[in-house]
Amino acid sequence: MLSRVAESLYWMSRYLERAQHTARLIDVDLQLRLDQSLESSTGRWLRLVEALHVPALLAGNVDATRLAHTLTFNRTNPSSIVSCIASARENLRHVREQSSSDMWEQLNRLYLQMIASPAEDEWVLRSHVLFRAVQDGAHLFQGITDSTMSHGEGWQYIQLGRFVERTDEVAALVATHFSRLSHPANQPVEGADYLDWVGLLKCCAAFEAYCKAYSAELRPIRVAEFLLLNSEFPHSIRFSVESVHAGLGRIGELTERKVTQPVRIAGRMRAALSFSQIEEIMAEGVHFYMENIRNQCTQAHAAIQQIYFDYPVESALAS
Amino acid sequence: MNTAMNASAMTLLKTLSSSGTVRNAFPNYELDESYDEMFSSTGIPRDHYHALYRTLLELPPEELRKSQQAADLSFLHQGITFTVYDNKEGTERIFPNDLLPRIIPGEEWRKIEAGLTQRIAALNLFLKDIYHEGHILADKIIPRELVYSCRHFRREMRGLNVPRDIYVSICGSDLVRLPDGSFAVLEDNLRVPSGVSYMLANRKVLKRVFPTLFRDYGVCPIDHYTSALLAILRSLAPVNSAGQNEPSIALLTPGVFNSAYFEHTFLAQQMGIELVEGRDLLVHDNIVYMRTTSGLRRVDVIYRRVDDDFLDPITFRPDSNLGVPGLFNAYRAGNVALANAIGTGVADDKAIYAYVPSIVKYYLGEDEILPNIKTYLLTEKSELGYVLDNMDKLVIKAVGESGGYGMLIGPHSTAEQREEFRARIIAQPRNYIAQPTLALSSAPCFLDGGVEARHVDLRPYILFNGSVTLVPGGLTRVALRRGSLVVNSSQGGGSKDTWVLRREIEVD
Repeated sequence: MLSRVAESLYWMSRYLERAQHTARLIDVDLQLRLDQSLESSTGRWLRLVEALHVPALLAGNVDATRLAHTLTFNRTNPSSIVSCIASARENLRHVREQSSSDMWEQLNRLYLQMIASPAEDEWVLRSHVLFRAVQDGAHLFQGITDSTMSHGEGWQYIQLGRFVERTDEVAALVATHFSRLSHPANQPVEGADYLDWVGLLKCCAAFEAYCKAYSAELRPIRVAEFLLLNSEFPHSIRFSVESVHAGLGRIGELTERKVTQPVRIAGRMRAALSFSQIEEIMAEGVHFYMENIRNQCTQAHAAIQQIYFDYPVESALAS
Repeated sequence: MNTAMNASAMTLLKTLSSSGTVRNAFPNYELDESYDEMFSSTGIPRDHYHALYRTLLELPPEELRKSQQAADLSFLHQGITFTVYDNKEGTERIFPNDLLPRIIPGEEWRKIEAGLTQRIAALNLFLKDIYHEGHILADKIIPRELVYSCRHFRREMRGLNVPRDIYVSICGSDLVRLPDGSFAVLEDNLRVPSGVSYMLANRKVLKRVFPTLFRDYGVCPIDHYTSALLAILRSLAPVNSAGQNEPSIALLTPGVFNSAYFEHTFLAQQMGIELVEGRDLLVHDNIVYMRTTSGLRRVDVIYRRVDDDFLDPITFRPDSNLGVPGLFNAYRAGNVALANAIGTGVADDKAIYAYVPSIVKYYLGEDEILPNIKTYLLTEKSELGYVLDNMDKLVIKAVGESGGYGMLIGPHSTAEQREEFRARIIAQPRNYIAQPTLALSSAPCFLDGGVEARHVDLRPYILFNGSVTLVPGGLTRVALRRGSLVVNSSQGGGSKDTWVLRREIEVD
């Protein structure tokens, strides 16, 4: 597979995952806001803004709904939902012949739908519908991808992009949450704080799955355990890292390369998550542990880039 | 179809024939001095258009309008768009497609096929000759300086042997129908002809819109175009290539901003070959490689959709970012094949075009089957004088341009434009030719909820590897503005499906 094609598929997938994540975060926030005092919703909003890496300049001055609009529609902000979807589409457009026609049509449809969205003053009322549309559209795209594209090398880069991005996003979200909110680790959360913890789970699409595992009683240590170490839930850090590792292993076989640097990095993360206990992580500091995960994610990305996308020609000719 | 409707349609047909006008059925359908594909000069539908004509009378316009919308939407969703360079937000527009098929009877097609086969065989021999011994120049059939002064003549190609002596693998010739009903060749495109994907996309849409009509007409299929193209590309693979198995073939595109990018992705996908950009390729020791995730992989054949000028910054334009440094040397070494070969543009130069009948005669000893359009060479003193005196009646074209650029349509021009062209012609007579303004034939189109006549041409796609594969059909291009004679997509043209019929039409 052409290096350029692999890179485009990888980034297409990362951008789409990012759009979906941002949509989920803002949607959850605007919903919870209805049930909360202004004070506590502002606190959560600031954490959210931090987790999304919104520049301080933007975050400080504007009120929440206007900022939400910016995060959704602003084309000059490369991380806005519309920008991410446009970037995902642009990447896929560069490699159209590698995807199925159905995939392209779905992503193109989602893009056309987003750029035709309502003006700033009227969108809040319909925002939930809009954010659902982003998530539904992205899910549909993933379903179409899984059922119409060969699960070969190209598909593996799509998986890889999604889970690298997801690991990073969830780690950032969990890190800000645990560094800003102090609650006794093993005590059930009650009162005004309760909605904040529900919000964290919902931002990871994890509330229902958490309840199945632990009941609706929320304890910080359980929430952390679920989001970090659960091996079955597709938005947990462990699940994402395992998917990255598996994808890299498969790509290594398909490209007939021996154990590579990205596999080593992902394998190390995987081993750590498989054998860690949540008590140790809590003692060490969830925030610190998450930063570590994010650093390794960055390293894995750089290594993927260097081996598959942008290698020096001399080394390729020598081998 | 409903018989009651049929009967009323027949009555209407009769009234039409007796009154000799078509205004009753389609109020905006104007017939002029040009040949109309659907109606004879007396306003009676031609035999092979009867069935379509009847369908149009019966079908509520609302139905057609819905089909048109569905077709437009499906083009937009599939991204069958071309790029408009000056518009920031909506840089992609769909290529307008007209729903009504253009129908060509089988026996007419057989003549076109024979004519095009003859023409490409002669042009290919001509290219081989001028890049080798130059017999045709020595025999003074064509003036030497006309060939050497051509912008697309590549002296780098002198004495270079191309695989199997095939210079032109893919050709798109533009045909027009003259007022007497005969076809003539307006120009040949021997460099990188485009539009074939629209031919295939239009067909897909029309089969959905008119399934019954399509079946009843007995239309020749065109779907085998891509597999025929692949076979042609394969046959060019160098014998000394490292892998003895399947040759590795790639389509070289200028990239996503090129107006024909959709076509490049479409063809690559349909043929199952790699779509590459210049930056994906590199040359080492005169071998072309592409950069893949499992390392470098050799490339044997390149179907290039990049112009000669931009192919290799070392040999041709040094400012090109689209090409591959060293590609020409790999080509010269015979390690990679290019389709089409470099330097084929000399044979579609508009001044050389005037000599195509002589070229056919010289190499094949035959008279041309499809005639040329009368062309005035401005390097001839007598013709120059005539042209300068009659600029308001003639079409003047720059010889090296394509896509409808650099053209003056005399009858539609202003005095100012004519003066501008006059100055340019006098400065560089070799750069221009003149032709009479053609009354292109017109065909029915569905516009603004009604059926109207618009001018059309026809571009069939010819595949050549010693023998010719010509899929029956082609791209019928339409000048969508009323009265306009310019069919190029960059100049407000659209396209429609072309139905070549398998058997003769029986009129009931």
